[in-house]
Amino acid sequence: MENEPVVQVTGLVKRYGAKTAVNGLDLAVAAGAVTAVLGPNGAGKTTTIETCEGYRRPDAGTVRVLGLDPVADAERLRPRVGVMLQSGGVYSGARADEMLRHMARLHAHPLDVDALIERLGLGDCGRTTYRRLSGGQQQRLSLALAVVGRPELVFLDEPTAGLDPQARRSTWDLVRELRADGVSVVLTTHFMDEAETLADDVAIIDAGRVIAQGSPEQLCRGGAENTLRFTGRPGLDLGSLLKALPDGCGAAEPLPGTYRITGSVDPQLLATVTSWCAQHGVMPDGISVERHTLEDVFLELTGKELRA
Amino acid sequence: MSAGTYAPRPGAAPLPRMIAAQTALETRMLLRNGEQLLLTVIIPTLLLVLFSAVDIVDTGAGASVDFLAPGILALAVMSTAFTGQAIATGFERRYGVLKRLGASPLPRWALMTAKTLSVLVIEVLQILLLTAIAFALGWSPEGNPLSVLLLLVLGTAAFSGLGLLMAGTLKAEATLAAANLVFLLLLVGGGVIVPLDKFPDAVQSVLGLLPVSALSEGLRDVLQHGASMPWTQAGILAVWAVLGLGAAAKFFRWE
Repeated sequence: MENEPVVQVTGLVKRYGAKTAVNGLDLAVAAGAVTAVLGPNGAGKTTTIETCEGYRRPDAGTVRVLGLDPVADAERLRPRVGVMLQSGGVYSGARADEMLRHMARLHAHPLDVDALIERLGLGDCGRTTYRRLSGGQQQRLSLALAVVGRPELVFLDEPTAGLDPQARRSTWDLVRELRADGVSVVLTTHFMDEAETLADDVAIIDAGRVIAQGSPEQLCRGGAENTLRFTGRPGLDLGSLLKALPDGCGAAEPLPGTYRITGSVDPQLLATVTSWCAQHGVMPDGISVERHTLEDVFLELTGKELRA
Repeated sequence: MSAGTYAPRPGAAPLPRMIAAQTALETRMLLRNGEQLLLTVIIPTLLLVLFSAVDIVDTGAGASVDFLAPGILALAVMSTAFTGQAIATGFERRYGVLKRLGASPLPRWALMTAKTLSVLVIEVLQILLLTAIAFALGWSPEGNPLSVLLLLVLGTAAFSGLGLLMAGTLKAEATLAAANLVFLLLLVGGGVIVPLDKFPDAVQSVLGLLPVSALSEGLRDVLQHGASMPWTQAGILAVWAVLGLGAAAKFFRWE
């Protein structure tokens, strides 16, 4: 069980009328990990997640969640999976604690509701009904509803959208606690930093397909090259420098006296560049290494800005 | 919360507990909603008291309350099973409540069972209140209580089907407007407070086929005239129930 993926999506296609929302998507989610599904608005994140939750029937392809079919085996699957919708989901006249207690009653071994209310800072909602809660409080309640039944797997659709930085951190902490206790977490986000900080595994989705998947480190190393910059005397012999560098590196002088080395920048490469400079009597100034972020990876893979 | 708090331990609660919890929640939501109470409690009570005390409409021979009470009971059933349920369910659909519950361990049929039970709970409260008021106004009902019960159940089924059909297909705002409009039209034209024989013959025969007319006339046959069982009206309600619930089952959209 440990090594079997908790979610296995193969060749998923989902159309709405003439529009193809998901177009042959493959995704495997590891057990016990936090997996971020990252992509711009309209990339197919929510459709993919909602197909895993059993809300949508695939037009083609297969979806297995905990080894079960989310539509055909819905009744067996639902108690084991926690769901946080992107918005809504609560009676407008219900109080936060009332809705949470209700959801707890639908489960056999729920969490302690009072402790969960405390943990998520929902205690000050008092007798306020859902429609009068702030956006952040509604968001936290929705998260609480997803976890109160002690699921094996939770799907969180944009769990921190619209939250202030403090509430975002508190949500991140909860996700880490879930993971530490052995809950598998799948979350969608269009925040790069969220994916980088939180996720063991990131699947980048664009136009209805997964275009890259891996740990944030793998993606940043593999998908995009890093850059080393320095300044020095103008007109250095780039051909000679390139010969000294490993295969696959690039060297350029975009402005006179400003040099840019691209490639897999590691300590060895840095040493090679500085020793080449020493051999040629060049004092490299302002050496800097730019580590690429998921943002760059995304831009490189899709040619698009991520942030909507 | 300490380490291991979130350790998975999934499982659905036993079905009776889920249905009981859902029924209790649905009932609380209905009782907490002021607009709903206006429709289900205040309007029927006011109409019963006002029209019994003041001779606004000629209700034929005998005490007005003997004519009015069955009609008001029919109105009470319609206000809860049709109008109230349509509006509440329409907004639950709009706000993703039905969707969210669809991901909970509660099966959909159990959700619908709970909704029906909560409608029945409200109806019992309404009938207790309105019956007490009618008795205070001098009501002297006749007939077989079992016939009354059967008519009320058939009426509830017919109105629930129509209400859910509306809630599951229209936008929430459209449901709100249409359900209130239908309530008002049927209040006037459905034999609730105005006897159907006040209308022209041709109109009368059409109005007689409406579910609220069938229910109010049927209840009146039993409670005012002591009929054993008005099969025509029961039949009309049964047809509406089959059509309404069938269409709702087919066309209801959860999102």
